Amino acid sequence: MPTEPHAVEKGTSLRKDAWRRLRKNRLAIAGAAIILVMIAVSLVTPWIAPYSYQAQDLELGAASPSREHWLGTDRLGRDLLTRLLYGGRVSLMVGFAATAVSLLVGVTYGAAAGFLGGRTDALMMRVVDILYALPFTLFVIILMVFFGRNIVLLFMAIGAVQWLTMARIVRAQVMSLRQQEFIEASIAMGFTKPRILFRHLIPNALGPIIVYTTLTIPNVMLIEAFLSFLGLGVQPPMSSWGLLIKEGVDTMEEYPWLLLFPSIVLSLTLFSLNFLGDGLRDALDPTSAKD
Amino acid sequence: MLRFLSKRILEFVPVLFVICTITFFLIRLAPGGPFDAEKSVTPEVRRNLEAHYHMDAPLAQQYWDYLIRLSHGDLGPSFKKESRSVNEWIALRFPVSLELGAYAILVALGVGLAAGVFASLKPNTWRDHMPMTLAMAGICIPNFVLGPLLVLLFSLQLHWLPVSGWTGPADKILPAFTLGASYAAYIARLSRGGMLEILTKDFIRTARAKGLSERVVVLRHALRGGLQPVVAFLGPALAGLLSGSFVVETIFQVPGLGREFVQAAFNRDYTMIMGTVLFYAALILVFNLLVDLALAWLDPRIRHAH
Repeated sequence: MPTEPHAVEKGTSLRKDAWRRLRKNRLAIAGAAIILVMIAVSLVTPWIAPYSYQAQDLELGAASPSREHWLGTDRLGRDLLTRLLYGGRVSLMVGFAATAVSLLVGVTYGAAAGFLGGRTDALMMRVVDILYALPFTLFVIILMVFFGRNIVLLFMAIGAVQWLTMARIVRAQVMSLRQQEFIEASIAMGFTKPRILFRHLIPNALGPIIVYTTLTIPNVMLIEAFLSFLGLGVQPPMSSWGLLIKEGVDTMEEYPWLLLFPSIVLSLTLFSLNFLGDGLRDALDPTSAKD
Repeated sequence: MLRFLSKRILEFVPVLFVICTITFFLIRLAPGGPFDAEKSVTPEVRRNLEAHYHMDAPLAQQYWDYLIRLSHGDLGPSFKKESRSVNEWIALRFPVSLELGAYAILVALGVGLAAGVFASLKPNTWRDHMPMTLAMAGICIPNFVLGPLLVLLFSLQLHWLPVSGWTGPADKILPAFTLGASYAAYIARLSRGGMLEILTKDFIRTARAKGLSERVVVLRHALRGGLQPVVAFLGPALAGLLSGSFVVETIFQVPGLGREFVQAAFNRDYTMIMGTVLFYAALILVFNLLVDLALAWLDPRIRHAH
């Protein structure tokens, strides 16, 4: 293809440019670093966790932080640090998996609607409008109560309600790109529709997609934590940050550290992801950057 | 205008119909039923119960009956709390959620707008960074973390405010603040962004060139345009504030509709679930319509497009 090398070269320079801008944003870089450390730690949790996540020490009960238990223990004598580590695995996994579901559905749907246009587009967007009116928190609660509280369903349910905005963003991008000459050129060259869609339209809409994805992850983690808090998400003895916060709330009067540490970890993660998302937006979309 | 309004309101019907259908079949086809938890129920009693609520009829028949009843605005009897109908339960519980939501909106708008406009006046100085960092904290600290922490501080440590309840005015401070905090944060960010964009416009330069005071420029000229992103956000936010306070109502034991819904879901109280979902969906639709009207009022270009 005569167009290929040119496109690649252009893409690289844009990426370099964005990376240069992102690097200057210290908060975003710090956020990215924290997230990377958290991912790394969750990957090796089974090998570095000081105890088993369900190991109880009933005689010890709830103890404040000490040398044996750095962050203290809960009422059943379970090590809080260990439970935080395992909870992080669950929370991050739900965050990434549910976001992946919403990414896949949202990008495909939005791109298809924007690309096909006309009546198909109108119909597809009508469906999105209707789903927007669905009180989705209620919907997720119904799903979790009625279909059992397992983790796969949890991220399917969250992903299923999170793709709507993504679909709208991608559709708007594709519609504006479709008017441009390079798409006309590829139509004229007789490329198939899927090829134009996946090779030419979606890669060029990647900036907003990346930004919105980064901002979806903290949202999803919040929903997971919220569901676990209501007793609808992850079930004990497994652990997730939402569940730990709920357990902490139940005993916050006597053992405040059980509420404080999980709250700090969850908030820190959400902070990092949001700062990273903001930084990426400024880096990838210079027109919206602060001046 | 009237035609636009009636067209929009007519559009509600198919949307509500689809939501009604999805919810109905979702909860009916799911395993379990409203009378599962009652262990003492003998097969005969169970049959009688099901006959009483017409749950022995074919599902399509039940669905049709529900639609007929719904078209008269009747949401049916509650399966689990038989003392009242679903309509009456909503009428009893929703005003509480509404009151809590109203206080939260006051907090969100008051704090959020003040912080956002303040930050936009001196961008990229400490007067911008400080409120924006706080706003980020407001977004990143979930309300089920903020609420208990506030209780820990103001109720259990300082003994200034009650831990929970919903009777006196003092009861309402912590729930309202907990619910409003994250919305205040979003509003602060949105109003800052909106104001920054407007303040670079030519008409603002003209206003300044005329020698108007900065106060008049900001309050009379910039605010109207700068608030558009906030108004667009308010539609879903209002519906969320008025309805989505499940957690806050649970933490502070506020007898509102959110808490009622969570209980209904746990109890598999079919009619209560259906009624609440439909009620909230209608609420979201109405608020989105109100927002579109408000946006048209704020921006003459949209107004004349209709």
